[in-house]
Amino acid sequence: MSRFRNKPLSLFLWLLVHLAACFTLLVLISLIIYILVKGVPNLKPSLFAWEYTSENASMMPAIINTFGMTFLALLFSVPIGICSAIYLVEYAKRGNKLVGIVRLTTETLSGIPSIVYGLFGFLLFAVQLKWGYSFLGGALTLAIMVLPLVMRTTEEALKSVPDLYREGSFGLGAGKLRTVRCIVLPAAVPGILSGVILGIGRIVGETAALLYSAGTVTGIAKDLFSSGRTLSVHLYALWNEGLYTNEAYGTAAVLLIVVLLINTAASAIAKKLTKE
Amino acid sequence: MKHFLEVFMHIIFLISACISILAVALICIFLFANGIPPMFEIGLGEFLGGTLWKPTNLIFGIFPMILGSIVVTLGALVVGVPAGIFCAIFMAFFCPKKLYRVLKPAVNLLAGIPSIVYGFFGLMVLVPLSQEIFGGGGKGILTASVLLGIMILPTIIGVCESSLRAVPTQYYEGALALGDTHEKSIFRTVLPAAKSGIMAAVILGVGRAVGETMAVVMVAGNQPILPQGLLMGVRTLTSNIVLEMGYAQDLHREALIATGVVLFFFILIINMVFFLVQRRKEK
Repeated sequence: MSRFRNKPLSLFLWLLVHLAACFTLLVLISLIIYILVKGVPNLKPSLFAWEYTSENASMMPAIINTFGMTFLALLFSVPIGICSAIYLVEYAKRGNKLVGIVRLTTETLSGIPSIVYGLFGFLLFAVQLKWGYSFLGGALTLAIMVLPLVMRTTEEALKSVPDLYREGSFGLGAGKLRTVRCIVLPAAVPGILSGVILGIGRIVGETAALLYSAGTVTGIAKDLFSSGRTLSVHLYALWNEGLYTNEAYGTAAVLLIVVLLINTAASAIAKKLTKE
Repeated sequence: MKHFLEVFMHIIFLISACISILAVALICIFLFANGIPPMFEIGLGEFLGGTLWKPTNLIFGIFPMILGSIVVTLGALVVGVPAGIFCAIFMAFFCPKKLYRVLKPAVNLLAGIPSIVYGFFGLMVLVPLSQEIFGGGGKGILTASVLLGIMILPTIIGVCESSLRAVPTQYYEGALALGDTHEKSIFRTVLPAAKSGIMAAVILGVGRAVGETMAVVMVAGNQPILPQGLLMGVRTLTSNIVLEMGYAQDLHREALIATGVVLFFFILIINMVFFLVQRRKEK
């Protein structure tokens, strides 16, 4: 490194920057390795049994609940998120006051901690509407939580569609709605999809917002108004009870693997998007 | 008919856009309606300034938790901000293209890992490490700060990197032409120019650290007392809620909701500062 001769300060800064990057990579790698090494040996077929019993802390009901919860939360948040992004990008006129307010509220929503969402879900759905700990209450709470994420990614995707497309469509005599539905939306699908996948990641990993809205019952939720725990809540409950350490390690590994897969899918779609 | 559909869908889109406003309004109404009355029932000074939290004796002072949240957040900033800024500089100005293709997804992955998994990582790695080096229980302010510092890394790196890249390259080239080295040009010229973006990144990091729940619960020790030392246990506002909400009744439960309101106020203030910084940046 001859270019640092007589330049100790530059060398120091160079080292600092490289150390920071190494630290970041090291943290990620050690996190993944530790969780997998501790967890994977604890994965036994019995952990995937259909029933949770006090002898066998199976995670299968929690996995099924996670699928249900993800589906339900997306069912509410994706249509609303896409529709409001369409309004903000395609319909609202420049300088519209409403747009400013919507931006402000979505920014606020994305800054609210998940435990506050949990309290809100508890107060509104469990107490005020008298649902008790319910699957639907948890899903609605999560839907509000991921709404800003879906909105923002959809907005970005819509904005990246060139105006030429719209002008061409209008020029051929199509109306506004038709232009949005047949021209703009299809072009924006990959961007929207990667936002939705990121949303799935957040839903799957969420614990604090669900603990007191959907509750911690161990079985598969029977209907929308009964309680059921997702995989993350299951993991927290196992840790909290302190009886199933090995099972908890196994569950953590499964959760991490799921999140890794979701992230890979999201970045694959994003990569495809930038190539085209 | 077609005209009707146009108008109908326009209204649908408009209503959807208003749902986020409705959501914020609902959250505010329900939290404040349920959380503010108990504050006055307990006594505002006693609730916010009281140093004792003994729900069984109906003593509810959350000052230790407020201080706990602040201390742990400051600790997280000490760990996360320098590492994050330096890593962002590396990614923007030092990173070879091939490595960037690995590092960028790695940072995104760090952001996507659930907080409960971070908690387990802290429990398995950081707590034993702290026990080995400093002795004692291993759970406390130091462990929680390091873990939170790691958790806010991706936020800080992401925002810093984009604001560093937004600085015109002429700045860097000018400094280089005047004889500075690559490193000095970046640290003395580009970094100060990206100041407001970095401020925004730090504020976002503060927001994440204050609101983090599950990871902190697992490694902070959770004693509801005033922070005593770096290795001593501490309880934050978030962990206070999550630990006791499950079994709390009556005034105890209301006091926990009031804790949530205090946390919400903190977040609103942080958001407001963030907006002010953003607005100044745009000007």
